Amino acid sequence: MTDIAIVGAAQTGYRRRIDDANFSEMVYEVTSGALADAGLSIDDIDNFITVSNDFWDGRTISSMAVQDACGSSYQGGRNVSTVEGDGTFGLLYGMMRILSGAYKTTLVVVHCKGSEGNMRQITNGMFDYIYTRPLGIEATAAAAMQARCYMDRYGLTEEDFAHVSVKNRGNARLNPHAQLAAEMTIEDVMTSKMMAAPLKIHDLSPISDGAAAVILADRNTASKLGRKPVWIKGIAHCSEAHYLGDRDLAEAPALRDAAHRAYGMAGVENPFEEIDVVELYDAYSYMEPLWLEELGFCPRGKGGELTRLGATAFDGPVPVNPSGGVLSAHAVLVAGLARVIEATLQIRGEAGERQVEGPVELALAHGINGPCGQSHCVVILGE
Amino acid sequence: MEKSELLHLQVVVELPYRWAAGRNGSLMLKALRDEKKIIGNRCPECRKVYVPPRAVCGPCFIAPDETVELPATGILAGYSVVNYPFIDPETGEKRPVPYTYGYIQLDGCDSYLSHFVNETDPARLSPGLRVEAVFKPDGERVGQMQDILHFKVSEEKGG
Ligand SMILES: [Zn+2]
Repeated sequence: MTDIAIVGAAQTGYRRRIDDANFSEMVYEVTSGALADAGLSIDDIDNFITVSNDFWDGRTISSMAVQDACGSSYQGGRNVSTVEGDGTFGLLYGMMRILSGAYKTTLVVVHCKGSEGNMRQITNGMFDYIYTRPLGIEATAAAAMQARCYMDRYGLTEEDFAHVSVKNRGNARLNPHAQLAAEMTIEDVMTSKMMAAPLKIHDLSPISDGAAAVILADRNTASKLGRKPVWIKGIAHCSEAHYLGDRDLAEAPALRDAAHRAYGMAGVENPFEEIDVVELYDAYSYMEPLWLEELGFCPRGKGGELTRLGATAFDGPVPVNPSGGVLSAHAVLVAGLARVIEATLQIRGEAGERQVEGPVELALAHGINGPCGQSHCVVILGE
Repeated sequence: MEKSELLHLQVVVELPYRWAAGRNGSLMLKALRDEKKIIGNRCPECRKVYVPPRAVCGPCFIAPDETVELPATGILAGYSVVNYPFIDPETGEKRPVPYTYGYIQLDGCDSYLSHFVNETDPARLSPGLRVEAVFKPDGERVGQMQDILHFKVSEEKGG
């Protein structure tokens, strides 16, 4: 599919706390940045998608409060629509709105500040309020259960997961946008503070502030721009049950399904052979091998081995998260669109020091939302 | 049919936040706290003056780049006398009723600032009434909108 292209992108640096910009100031920064990157002006944008979450922002209808900053109130106002979920879901929605034929271009912008609220309380707030939420479960405790299920199913070890943290935090040293970058050893991860067994603090992504924006354009518009378009070759979003007890946490059927559909659109038959670089949503270290299995890069239970053997290393056959991934910067919701931007930069050959070796013709970006990856969006980007 | 008991779960959800005021917000709140001054900014394109200072002029999609100091005086543009209690987010206590909530256009400003007005008799309120900011005393201002106690109705007649 070469109907819709990414023609502009920008992201803030991701930091533990961004004090010199409020939501509007962050959104304006990345909107202006994406327009400059595309060589477009606000006059050229006829549709806007804002993505945010009310609990994180601490206000209701948070996505409708950044209209000046994202440009949708330009000249009295343009069409704007909102998504509460990962930035990749906003990308999919923006793409569909162009495909409707009503718009030529769409700006998708997402913001979140993890530093301003209380992560544990906010993620506790996503669980069932009658039966589950009062017991205190939140994102990390839920993830720990999933990590344990996954380990038990395939005999994986905590060391298997530690390899992911070492790789991604190491990669982050090449990415000026990343928040946590470090040369670490397996022992550093293994001896780090136990948070929720089996997850230790270095298995966890950080709390981050940040924003990101991309500009989408239809084929006609994209082809006229000076910049090389990065086409959305395939995209799919799938979701499974909300209640963790209804799910087999050692598997992610929604991801499997989304991958199958996105590969079908893009004509991908063997992802390991055909995809040159992967940026996926590793909110916790164990997620990277689990997601890779469901994405079909290796058989079930072999994701840990893939990492240990170096297949996903920066200079490996399929570099996974050369940016450092979500383990190195996790502005919630923003992180999925950041994966799309990283994949876009790789295809353009503009990823700077973190540019992987060899031509990148096809890249995979992935976003999640909900406990233990309830919803997944898979995006296949290509030249 | 026998009526069965239906239960409710009553909870108080406490969600603390620490919002960054950002560059423009910090500029305004600092001026209120330290100098009892009201700061706005001006759009380089349409020349509109905004209070509070904005990150972006929406209609022009440009960041206002000129800081403007506004007088504490202006006109009451819109208002309502509110007759039901509201839990003050700052104190957790019920705000005394009635109170008047107004949109004020400061002299030389194009946008409207929302605040309290110290007149609660609807018969004595009308659009265009001259008003003036009353600041909290020195030592009590902390860098927030409530550093302005309210706007009082001025003696001088509005135009
Ligand atoms: Zn203007």
